[in-house]
Amino acid sequence: MLQIKELTASVGDKEILKGINLNVNPGEIHAIMGPNGSGKSTLSNVLAGRENVTVTGGSLLWHDKNLLDMEIEERAREGIFLAFQYPVEIPGVGNVYLLKAALNAQRQHRGLPELDAMDFLALVKEKMKLMEMNESMLYRAVNEGFSGGEKKRNEILQMAVLEPELAILDETDSGLDIDALKIVSNGVNSLRSPTRSMILVTHYQRLLDYIKPDFVHVLAGGRIVRSGGPELAHELERDGYAWIAESGAYGVGL
Amino acid sequence: MNASHDTLDDLISQEYQHGFETAIEADAIPPGLSEETVRLISARKNEPEFLLQWRLEAYRRWLKMTPPSWASVHHPPIDYQDIVYYSAPKSQKDGPKSLDEVDPELLKTYEKLGIPLHERAILAGVAVDAVFDSVSVATTFKEKLAEVGIIFCSFSEAVQHHPEWIKQYLGTVVPVQDNFYAALNSAVFSDGSFVYIPPGVRCPMELSTYFRINAKNTGQFERTLIIADKGASVSYLEGCTAPMRDENQLHAAVVELVALEDANIKYSTVQNWYPGDKEGRGGIYNFVTKRGDCRGARAKISWTQVETGSAITWKYPSVILRGDDSVGEFYSVALTNHRQQADTGTKMIHIGKNTRSTIVSKGISAGFGHQAYRGLVRIARSARGARNHTQCDSLLLGDRCQAHTYPYIEVKNNSSTVEHEASTSRIGEDQLFFCRQRGLSAEDAVSMIVNGFCKEVFKELPMEFAVEAQKLLGVSLEGSVG
Repeated sequence: MLQIKELTASVGDKEILKGINLNVNPGEIHAIMGPNGSGKSTLSNVLAGRENVTVTGGSLLWHDKNLLDMEIEERAREGIFLAFQYPVEIPGVGNVYLLKAALNAQRQHRGLPELDAMDFLALVKEKMKLMEMNESMLYRAVNEGFSGGEKKRNEILQMAVLEPELAILDETDSGLDIDALKIVSNGVNSLRSPTRSMILVTHYQRLLDYIKPDFVHVLAGGRIVRSGGPELAHELERDGYAWIAESGAYGVGL
Repeated sequence: MNASHDTLDDLISQEYQHGFETAIEADAIPPGLSEETVRLISARKNEPEFLLQWRLEAYRRWLKMTPPSWASVHHPPIDYQDIVYYSAPKSQKDGPKSLDEVDPELLKTYEKLGIPLHERAILAGVAVDAVFDSVSVATTFKEKLAEVGIIFCSFSEAVQHHPEWIKQYLGTVVPVQDNFYAALNSAVFSDGSFVYIPPGVRCPMELSTYFRINAKNTGQFERTLIIADKGASVSYLEGCTAPMRDENQLHAAVVELVALEDANIKYSTVQNWYPGDKEGRGGIYNFVTKRGDCRGARAKISWTQVETGSAITWKYPSVILRGDDSVGEFYSVALTNHRQQADTGTKMIHIGKNTRSTIVSKGISAGFGHQAYRGLVRIARSARGARNHTQCDSLLLGDRCQAHTYPYIEVKNNSSTVEHEASTSRIGEDQLFFCRQRGLSAEDAVSMIVNGFCKEVFKELPMEFAVEAQKLLGVSLEGSVG
């Protein structure tokens, strides 16, 4: 359902993605690993439509629609979700308010009736149990004063409420201690389904111990230089990324 | 980055939506200001001699005064001889006794503004003293209020029926010589509202006035006086929108609040006068003097304002904390877009012991908007144990707008505490991206972020006003928010 072909993109004058090819089918989990500066976050941002990234070539299809023609919010409403590496704070805006506005904007797009406050609260509280979150977090301002772990859990809560078809998790494991990592992973695993796909962007094998991917890709120098099954992640954990430099593919951000 | 600038630009470049003019014949005195004009106004309104003398005194003082030059606003000099100082809708002559007698054109204007006077007033339990141009044409719920002894009427009516209150209190909070615009107002004020709450009475409903400037070239000189007697309490709402026009209009209102022992006055304003077009042509000059006097112990006066309109806003709702343990509050949201300028803030004058004041100011600047917070906290020698907390935040949208903060703090004793916090931030591209990634439109995202920024102030507004204020911010920034 997601087809990325020969995608090139730059940030400012700098070309970051140099021809990405990737197909994601329903229910699949793809892990994208790679050294710092390889273009992992840029890829996440391109999929979500962030405006500071300019696509310079290639194609990006979502259910045979051209994703590049769609605004950020259209992509979201069409079922693409990005869990942020650094979740932003929005002072004065209640978590519950943002969630309800977002869910109803998406439901409206899909021709569904808006959820009223009662139904919505019931839904959110159920999802919060999943994430082992305290209900008081609903009424705090979005991510304001949240710990690193709370912010990441909040991202997955949003994912659980919005139920996207494709979730891109951008370094969701960074900054998490082992307990928080387990909770976040359990939450993500509970959202696995034959119709929901995920792209896990991460540096480390650690996350993949908890969320088992179907495919692992190594991104380096703006290209996918190797793809394989879960065993590839273990290989990387053991050997590091140094072999990439030897193979000459390591080009960006060094 | 450019793309997101464009989005913001689109959002903030929407045009004013309440631009229309009602065709009602106005009965106006020719433009110009002289002692004769003052006498004419007073005579038209059939005022007692003491009031005429008071106006003339103000006029003579005004002649010797000059407009203030310290404010951070710029406009061409105002020709005071080119202003119409009095205009009344013709229908006033017949003196409508009820809404049925009110000019249907006028009622339509309220409809357009979303204020179906009779229905809304009854349904919402709000008494409306509607000021259209310079003369009050409709007052509702007066009888219900009269049952508990509350007087809520137009200023002119109060002059006719309760001259003793006017004589005792007018000009005692804002003296005629207070400042240039207050002196002008004192000389030529046309009408406004008068409220008296008797001792121990808690006003059973929110009192509300909708102001509207209409006849061309008519300066508006509203005069409002609210008196809360011992132990009384009242919440007063003032809201306005205005028709589109080309020429600048001067508005110089004076509001005086008097709170006696244990009295409580809450005064809320939502102001949405025509701000001028994108290039800054036209728009209202809003030069207002608002001040409250906590005259007795434990009195409390609270100002809440949401200022989104006017080409220029010059306004400092203030509190004199005379009574021991009295409390003053100022909560403000001011928004300047396009070429709007605002120099606004407050003065908290602590005189009594253990007096307390709170200032929360939220400024939002977009387009080429120019905004200044100007606040004075003065703690007199006598104000032992006084406390003030000031929080002053600015939010910038785009990179061509300005925000300035001018805090003045004077403390004359060593037992008081004064705190000042200030911040300036920008709506982040990150925040917008995040909200949109969750499915919100850019418009809704900006509106949500701005409303979040203003939350501390909005929660001070009465419920239905808070909803209106949020909508207004939405409209002022983006056009429409569902």
